[in-house]
Amino acid sequence: MANVKLTDVSKIYGGQVEVLKDIDLDIETGELVVFVGPSGCGKSTLLRMIAGLEKISGGTLEIDGQVVNDIPPSQRGIAMVFQSYALYPHMTVRENMAFALNIAKMPKAEIDAAVDAAAAKLQLTEYLDRLPKALSGGQRQRVAIGRAVVRSPKVYLFDEPLSNLDAALRVATRIEIAQLKEQMPDSTMIYVTHDQVEAMTLASRIVVLDALKDNGHKYSIAQVGSPLELYETPNSEFVAKFIGSPSMNLLAGEIVGTGETTTLKLKEGGGTITSAVPSTPEDMGAEVNVGIRPEDAQETTGDDYAYEGTVEVRESLGEVTLIYFERSAPEHDPVIAKLPGIHTGLRGKTMRLTAKPEKVHVFRNGVSLLYR
Amino acid sequence: MNPAVLGLITIILGVGGCVGYFWASNFVLDRFLFPASGPNAGRNINRANAIRPWLFLAPALLALGLYLAYPVVATFWLSLHDRAAGGNVFVGLDNYSQMLGEAKFREAIFNNMMWLIVVPAASTAFGLLAAQLTDRIGWGSLAKSLIFMPMAISFVGASVIWKLIYDARPEGTDQIGVLNAVVTFFGGEPQQWLTIQPWNNLMLMIVLIWIQTGFAMVILGAALRGIPEETVEAAILDGASPWQIFFKIKVPQIMPTIVVVWTTITLVVLKVFDIVLAMTNGQWETQVLANYMYDKLFRSFDWGVGSAAAMIIMLLVSPILVWNVYNARKEMR
Repeated sequence: MANVKLTDVSKIYGGQVEVLKDIDLDIETGELVVFVGPSGCGKSTLLRMIAGLEKISGGTLEIDGQVVNDIPPSQRGIAMVFQSYALYPHMTVRENMAFALNIAKMPKAEIDAAVDAAAAKLQLTEYLDRLPKALSGGQRQRVAIGRAVVRSPKVYLFDEPLSNLDAALRVATRIEIAQLKEQMPDSTMIYVTHDQVEAMTLASRIVVLDALKDNGHKYSIAQVGSPLELYETPNSEFVAKFIGSPSMNLLAGEIVGTGETTTLKLKEGGGTITSAVPSTPEDMGAEVNVGIRPEDAQETTGDDYAYEGTVEVRESLGEVTLIYFERSAPEHDPVIAKLPGIHTGLRGKTMRLTAKPEKVHVFRNGVSLLYR
Repeated sequence: MNPAVLGLITIILGVGGCVGYFWASNFVLDRFLFPASGPNAGRNINRANAIRPWLFLAPALLALGLYLAYPVVATFWLSLHDRAAGGNVFVGLDNYSQMLGEAKFREAIFNNMMWLIVVPAASTAFGLLAAQLTDRIGWGSLAKSLIFMPMAISFVGASVIWKLIYDARPEGTDQIGVLNAVVTFFGGEPQQWLTIQPWNNLMLMIVLIWIQTGFAMVILGAALRGIPEETVEAAILDGASPWQIFFKIKVPQIMPTIVVVWTTITLVVLKVFDIVLAMTNGQWETQVLANYMYDKLFRSFDWGVGSAAAMIIMLLVSPILVWNVYNARKEMR
């Protein structure tokens, strides 16, 4: 029911340690935006700044058109779900969910109605009189979500809400959150996670954050876009490696043909490949990194190959087989190919890989040629 | 011989004796009684392990029996007897009824009740306040050290300090008591504080509160730090004021610890003796049970009534002690 706008937002600890810088972000009403990034990139800090639990060092934060930098958390119209649930251990589920409404001195009948409605929505009705310690992890997290829902906030904030759950519950609760979002199409949600499956499945847009110390104090936001945009057209090597599992292979190469499509000669692996990314005549001879996702790599026996290597390890997952090639140098990541189906007897064999031109990414100085 | 040398010899004999006992008894058990060899090795090991704890506990049980259980029984026996020519005479509950008839005893019971209400409540409240307030300020640890320091002073030492604070000199002379010095500075008349009834009781209680607040602060401070920070943050987001966060989120979460602190101080209060003895000796209606017992036992040499008073104290302490241990265990789980 509200948009969230961040302008030039930064966070500096103790006057010198810069954690976040130049955050410009416009989150529309009804969006579910996911912040992802490696640990230490400040994604939780950014969420806590929106919540009001951390002070904003610079820039402005607007919720629903109103600057809220100096407005206390409870009056910002937000509700937050914590990773550790943060339920009040001495209160029953009903009391936990009613706490904020009691503080706001809402009439008792309205409180009961709000709690009952939220409990029904989250299948918590039969647990209303229990203490949190008598609930399972998944139920506790549902209570935490319910505590947010009863307040009908403008903006929901989720701080890694599924990280404390086991794998099966994580999937189930993820689907519940997605359904909750569908039931409340007007509510804005901001969701922090380090799990890219959560990011890809839940997000209407993903914000990839990078740690400032790693990118030489340039910017915090690496790229903003829909999940498939980030997957198909990452703007940098960082985003390319961060989205997708296993990570995209980056192979050192050189541009040997320019134009509508770009022809590349690989130093590592020895072959040549064509990319659908266009280039200019000035790019001729430029040193680049060629990016091919493991799932886009195709086995070939012909002379038209991009990469040739010796298979070192093979992991069969049934539906796919992961093939790890011998590294050219110990500090390099191994080249990985994800081939559909079952492949046996490959170990120690030489194999050639290629990929369709539209699946080949080209990065120069870490930046995609598509985004310069 | 120099007392220091004697002391050293005692320590060496004591510690050596303990080590010697544990080693030797264990050796005899494993080597001669149930050796872990021969045809019954397995059975012998099980039996030795069943006996071993009792072997090691025996000295402690013996000492506790001698110095704790026996005195309880003996005191109970003494409380039912009177000393007469040629020995003790059984008098039934006469000592108890005589005691209940004494005004000084009723005064002691009443004062003790007052101590029981005021001191644990005040110490716990001040301790909680100090723990909360010192947690967030730069010089908090210095403040904590100062508040905790009275714990290191003996009750008699603390009484001497406070007796000086309450000290009164004739009007016109320099007041060395801090309280009277302040009063006269503002133009008041010096007071004999410890004779003003019933407030003199409160002045004695303040000494114990001064000592016990540090204890409450340390234990409750640790408990407060154990509260998950997220629950406090969630309460902030829910719109709770600092006041509401403290009383509705923090205090309920450390309730078990508060109960343990409260009952522990209650036990100290029930046994309070030194402070009253050193400051008023029960005059001006400040008598308490333990000092009453001491009066009877060692000043009047009325062993019967003195023992009866001791039994009353024990009866009051025991249920609280049991509850305290029960709560402390529950908290550990």
